[in-house]
Amino acid sequence: MSDHASTVRIILKARKVVGGCAEGEALVTRQTISGWGGVEAATGTIIETRHELRGQSFKDKVLVFPGAKGSSGWSGVFHVARLAGAAPRAMIFNEMTTKIALGAVVTRAPAVTDLDRDPLEVIATGDWVKVDADRGVVEVVKRR
Amino acid sequence: MQLSDTEQAMLEGQQGRARQKAMELLVRYAQALGAERFVDTTNVAGVPGSTNAFLQRYYQGAAYEVIFSRFDLDSDEVVEVPPVSVHSCHLQGGVDPENWQILGASPAAAESHRASEQATARRGIEILKTCTPYLAGNVPKRGEHCAWMESSAVVYCNSVLGARTNTEGRESTSAAMLTGKIPDWGFHRDEYRFGSHRILIEVPVQSVMDWGMLGYFVGEAVGERIPVLTGALAPPDLIRHKHFGAAAASSGGVEMYHIVGITPEAASLEQAFGPRRPLETLSYGAAERRRTYDTLNARGRDTHVDYVMLGCPHAALEQIEEACRLLDGRHISENCNLWIFTSRSVRALADRQGLTSIIRKAGGQLLTDTCSAIGQAVPPGTKVVALDSAKQAHYLPAMMGLEAWFGSTQDCIGAALTGRWSGQAP
Repeated sequence: MSDHASTVRIILKARKVVGGCAEGEALVTRQTISGWGGVEAATGTIIETRHELRGQSFKDKVLVFPGAKGSSGWSGVFHVARLAGAAPRAMIFNEMTTKIALGAVVTRAPAVTDLDRDPLEVIATGDWVKVDADRGVVEVVKRR
Repeated sequence: MQLSDTEQAMLEGQQGRARQKAMELLVRYAQALGAERFVDTTNVAGVPGSTNAFLQRYYQGAAYEVIFSRFDLDSDEVVEVPPVSVHSCHLQGGVDPENWQILGASPAAAESHRASEQATARRGIEILKTCTPYLAGNVPKRGEHCAWMESSAVVYCNSVLGARTNTEGRESTSAAMLTGKIPDWGFHRDEYRFGSHRILIEVPVQSVMDWGMLGYFVGEAVGERIPVLTGALAPPDLIRHKHFGAAAASSGGVEMYHIVGITPEAASLEQAFGPRRPLETLSYGAAERRRTYDTLNARGRDTHVDYVMLGCPHAALEQIEEACRLLDGRHISENCNLWIFTSRSVRALADRQGLTSIIRKAGGQLLTDTCSAIGQAVPPGTKVVALDSAKQAHYLPAMMGLEAWFGSTQDCIGAALTGRWSGQAP
């Protein structure tokens, strides 16, 4: 990333869900994500009918989303995505549920929630995002 | 977080490696949630050690212990898996053990399911193999702390039975089977169980189809929050609760609902909301009903129906009787297949009642353990499916790339008999 003076950086505070540190390009959705039946685990592709990310993969992205919905197979699908090498690099979400907590744990990717600003407002798809879950810090470099 | 002496001992390995790994996973999970302690659970429903094509390939056909350790317990090391410590059952699986050939499973897949099932049973886990454990003998009592998977069973457990469970996953339920522990968070706690949204019902909601559509609407409207239904509602029976909850848990993430004057924690509006005030009040009238119907039929174009699937969630005996009544001694269209899914327990009753042979004589099949979505199995060449379940209509077309019609059981059996869809919006 360029460190040009015009680069816009935003720092967010967050609560650790799963520890670790990772960075990548953001993939942002305002719609909750269904795991089982909503994601093709082998490729990390959203398949839910009518989902705004339908056809896009979260593989190697920093996934920014409101939270989880649907089947209790949520954790299993994200677990398989990890084994298949198709997991997101990190996860940032708003609404804590058992589905997403367990899913984040077995995905073993850094994950945070309870941010001091709404990540769906601050982060856009394509921004470069660094998640330091251990310190509870998210750094966003806006795509120009 | 606070751990009791027993929990600490398990975490230190004093009850063996498997329970240690299970506690490690549960602690990671509880910390992710922000839970402060565990609660003792006495009723666990999950899919321990089950396999699918991906896991078979990934673990190279490995033994039960390997899959249970590495996947269920998310452990980097393989441990011996002891018998479970609390009442535990296995929910739906991928294959009907007697009719796997109809489902298009390979002999190898059938054999691997059989072996996994034996290993599960040897550990004292009941092989219910259904998404409706409450129709197969596992009916938790009010207030009982459960750890259940299967969103449609979870919402039934909380809302209809007044027992307490979050929507657990495979890994947390397998760990809970070994430890009898689950994070004390969410629906285990009184303050979490109050309503968030008020839904005013302004049209009659009577048939199973009506309740399915209402559930689908409510799930979309409230997401993962807790709806409180008010209005002129006749008390729904078990089947209507089953279809309502399954739909609400699919279009949204509803894990508990209240119907004022009907469900156990909603004797009054005040009790349903407790100290909370409704975040929003929504109406369900003719326009909302029509929109829901159209959404559920958005993937229907060709009225030639290849396949009718009933039994999502798994059919109750009365639903199988109804299908038999509607078949009325006739044979289904030669261009169409009819598969009805249920549990092995209900199937045993259906056999005894002579219903299985009625379905077979009509050209249909009564299958167990799985469904088209879970087993990813539809009759060869299927392009257009007809369904009486909003949940299945939500999942199956997207998973299998099918056109789909949603309607009543009568619409569906009609389609099976004629090969044509003629369902109408209510």
